[in-house]
Amino acid sequence: MNDRELIENLLPLPPATFHILLALLDEERHGYAIIQDVEARTEGELRLSAGTLYRSIARMVEQGLITEVARRRTAADDPRRRYYRLTPFGTAVARAEMRRLSQLVRLARARGLKPETT
Amino acid sequence: MRFYRTLLRLYPTSFWAEYRDELCCAFADRTRELRGPFAALTILLAALADVIPNALAAHWDVLRQDLGYAARSLLRTPGFALTAVLVVALGVGANTAVFSLADFVFVRPLPYRDADRLVKLWQGSEVGRNEVSPANYRDWKAAGKETTSSFSGMGAYCFHAANLVGAGDPRRLETVQATPDVLPLLGVSPLIGRVFTARDAEAGQVVLLSYAFWQSQFGGERSVIGRSVRLDGVTHTVIGVMPPLFQFPNRSIEAWMPLVLREENFEDRSDTYLEVLARLRRGVSAEQARRELAVVSARLERQYPKDNEGIGALMLGLRDELSERARLLLIALCGAALCILLLACANLASLFLARGAHRARELAVRSALGAGRDRLVRQLVTETVGLSLVGGAVGVAAAVAGMPLLARLVPSTLPIAEQASLDLRVLALATGFVLLTGFAFGLAPALRAGRSNALDALRSGTRTGGGRTQRLRAALVVVEVAASVILLILSGLLIRAVWRIQAIDPGFVTEDVLTLRTTLPLPRYEPVVRRAQFYERVLEQVRALPGVRSAAYVTGLPMSHRGGIWPVSLTGEEVLPNDQNMASLRYLTPRYFATLGIPLRRGRDVAETDSREQPFVAVVSESFVQRHWPNQDPLGKRFHMAFDERTVVGVVGDVRVRGLERPSEPQVYLPYRQVEDGSIIGYIPKDLVVRTEGPSERGTPGLLPRIREIVKAADPEQPISHVRTMAEIVAEETAPRVTQLWLLGALSAIALLIAGFGIHGLLTFTVSQRAQELGVRRALGAQTGDIIGLVLREGLALALIGTAIGIAVAYAAARGMGALLFEVRPEDPLTITVAAALCLVTAVLGCLRPALRAASADPLSALRTE
Repeated sequence: MNDRELIENLLPLPPATFHILLALLDEERHGYAIIQDVEARTEGELRLSAGTLYRSIARMVEQGLITEVARRRTAADDPRRRYYRLTPFGTAVARAEMRRLSQLVRLARARGLKPETT
Repeated sequence: MRFYRTLLRLYPTSFWAEYRDELCCAFADRTRELRGPFAALTILLAALADVIPNALAAHWDVLRQDLGYAARSLLRTPGFALTAVLVVALGVGANTAVFSLADFVFVRPLPYRDADRLVKLWQGSEVGRNEVSPANYRDWKAAGKETTSSFSGMGAYCFHAANLVGAGDPRRLETVQATPDVLPLLGVSPLIGRVFTARDAEAGQVVLLSYAFWQSQFGGERSVIGRSVRLDGVTHTVIGVMPPLFQFPNRSIEAWMPLVLREENFEDRSDTYLEVLARLRRGVSAEQARRELAVVSARLERQYPKDNEGIGALMLGLRDELSERARLLLIALCGAALCILLLACANLASLFLARGAHRARELAVRSALGAGRDRLVRQLVTETVGLSLVGGAVGVAAAVAGMPLLARLVPSTLPIAEQASLDLRVLALATGFVLLTGFAFGLAPALRAGRSNALDALRSGTRTGGGRTQRLRAALVVVEVAASVILLILSGLLIRAVWRIQAIDPGFVTEDVLTLRTTLPLPRYEPVVRRAQFYERVLEQVRALPGVRSAAYVTGLPMSHRGGIWPVSLTGEEVLPNDQNMASLRYLTPRYFATLGIPLRRGRDVAETDSREQPFVAVVSESFVQRHWPNQDPLGKRFHMAFDERTVVGVVGDVRVRGLERPSEPQVYLPYRQVEDGSIIGYIPKDLVVRTEGPSERGTPGLLPRIREIVKAADPEQPISHVRTMAEIVAEETAPRVTQLWLLGALSAIALLIAGFGIHGLLTFTVSQRAQELGVRRALGAQTGDIIGLVLREGLALALIGTAIGIAVAYAAARGMGALLFEVRPEDPLTITVAAALCLVTAVLGCLRPALRAASADPLSALRTE
């Protein structure tokens, strides 16, 4: 299987997975930071529970979308915390999902659908 | 927080080990902001809402992964997967089928309210049990009316077949005549209409229909209530229809009529014909009831010493109607099925052990790559249980499909359906079997594999599966061989028994005889002359039909009508009925012996001229002569039987009246005209026997319809029933045994096959393990024969041990089923020799391939692999 097929196999992504990918786009984060980031970006609409988060993380690690980083811990950091970052493959998958979503939106627009009800 | 930490154990172990700290961390962060009076409660709820659904989902994720992995790994070894599934299917299927049958016959409640409190009462004496006389029934019931009685109710019934006219073609109807107490005792209400009342018991002439009969004869019309049907020429009114599943006392009964007992019926205490049903009062034990019955019957014995001497009351459960032979037949099958289960388990364990050994390296690699031990074991368990479940499903499906084949083993004397059905309990049992085979014998090897030290496995290269595993597998092979030897010997003994039974000369020629029944209704046919007209007319026309060689009428056919015995007295003085003077009694028309092929040894057949005006004559069997006049000329001898003195005019060969497996009383045949009108009505000839030119299959083109026409012309209201060939009647004698043998034979063959594969698998594995050693031996000059002998010896040693154990167990089991063996001794040397030989041959065949492989291996390449 080449990369393209691997990516296609993963799509469409579960919303939680996509949000986690977005949260890790700009920097490495630990679990709780991911929860906070997602919550802030969705204006409180999506609040990941710890269980959902780590179940997603476990799967994403296995799928190779993200990876754990050995990161120097600051004094203020809880030593139990683990940090994650996107892999190149994860970035590619996030892009592919974005393409898929925007294509859907384009299609809907072309049929004359508008987000606001008039 | 501690609560959350505990809850986390719900996650799969691997997930828990990996993420528990972070989960705690994140959960703590998330709940830190919570304040307020309900904070604790909110945290608690949040923890539950977080962990439970996610833990379930995580388990599902792991399961999906494991199943995928298992499927891939099994597809890589389809031979292993298929064998395992087949072995489980076999064990589970055989046991599900046989045990649902046993459950159905032995355990499942009979279709009445509180059926375990229902009992049957018999007149018991030293000779055995007997039906009850109306007078004794009345006295037992009267004693039971007292408030202290152990019985809350008692009723009586008897079987009665009647000719039905007025609903389509005339037909023979199997009915039961019952007192009004019987149906309420059973606790079943009619589907429509009502049951009998006390008034019905005086007037009679009403009838309750079975559901099946209502459907077939009246199209299920509700307007049937109040309709009239004629039974034996008397008009009866339909008062109700019983529900679909109701049967009493067995499934052949199509209608119920009130039993009318008049004063004259109570006069003769020795006339026993009632079946008595009673219900034990709640809280009363069977022992209490028996004691009470003993008191009552002791009183009756004192009151009526002439008739009731030595007569007690015998109380039996409804299921005790089951014959000893039917019971043993089923128990033997259960034993065989358990043998197969044992074999399947041993084989499965052996398979998984071998696989575990083969995969030790793969598991070690995965473990070295970071897969936790729990994760590996869990994956192996998923694989094992998955295989077992698939095999179990196949087995249960096969059992359900095979159920109709087992129908012959369901005794017809019990009020149960013809065919066992699968119910939830049996399914639970089947699941139990699956778990037993799968878990117990797949799990252990899995745990072993999980426990084995990863590094050791990697270091030792291919040489895995140490001595302990090998010894365990060898023991399992011994078990397999023993189980198959047991099955082989038992089926061998039973085959010999059936052969012996089938080789018995029934005393007549079974081929080319068609039989059917025309029961002449009373009182219309009470006058002998009226019956004679019917027989003469029918026989004359039937004998004239093309393809018919001869025909005759008789009271009852051998092996079909087994009873019908009467005491014989040489002097004319009254004798007490006992084993020494009872003889089988039949009334018949001339040419019965010629028709059935019973050889006439001396004298003559009965003749049409043997009428009431002529001297009363008899034809007797050789054993009758042997018993009463050994070494004398029997012709002209006189004896008293059936109220008159008879002179012997002919001697015929003996017939197995009571069936192939039982001794029969000597036989006496009397001419059908030499009886008083309305006397000895139980012996009125009713069975027509017809010898044909060629095979008299029931479908002999045109014959049966023509006979029907002849009977219809002789009496338009006369039904025909029981159309069978004599060959069918004789085959019926051994039918349940033959069915059982097919089953046992199939099971033994399979067992042998499994054992053979077991030996083959073990030796193949050993040979591959010892490739190096064998190579060294060859290099040092061992000949091909030596190597083959080495491997064969190893296999045969196991086979011999297994065979010895098997013979010992089979002998013990065979001694317990003497009733089935029909004079075949449990230590029958031929059977044991053949079984042992078959097993050893299979073992040799199983050894052969691995032995040849060992012998043909190139010593250099074997050494080089080191």
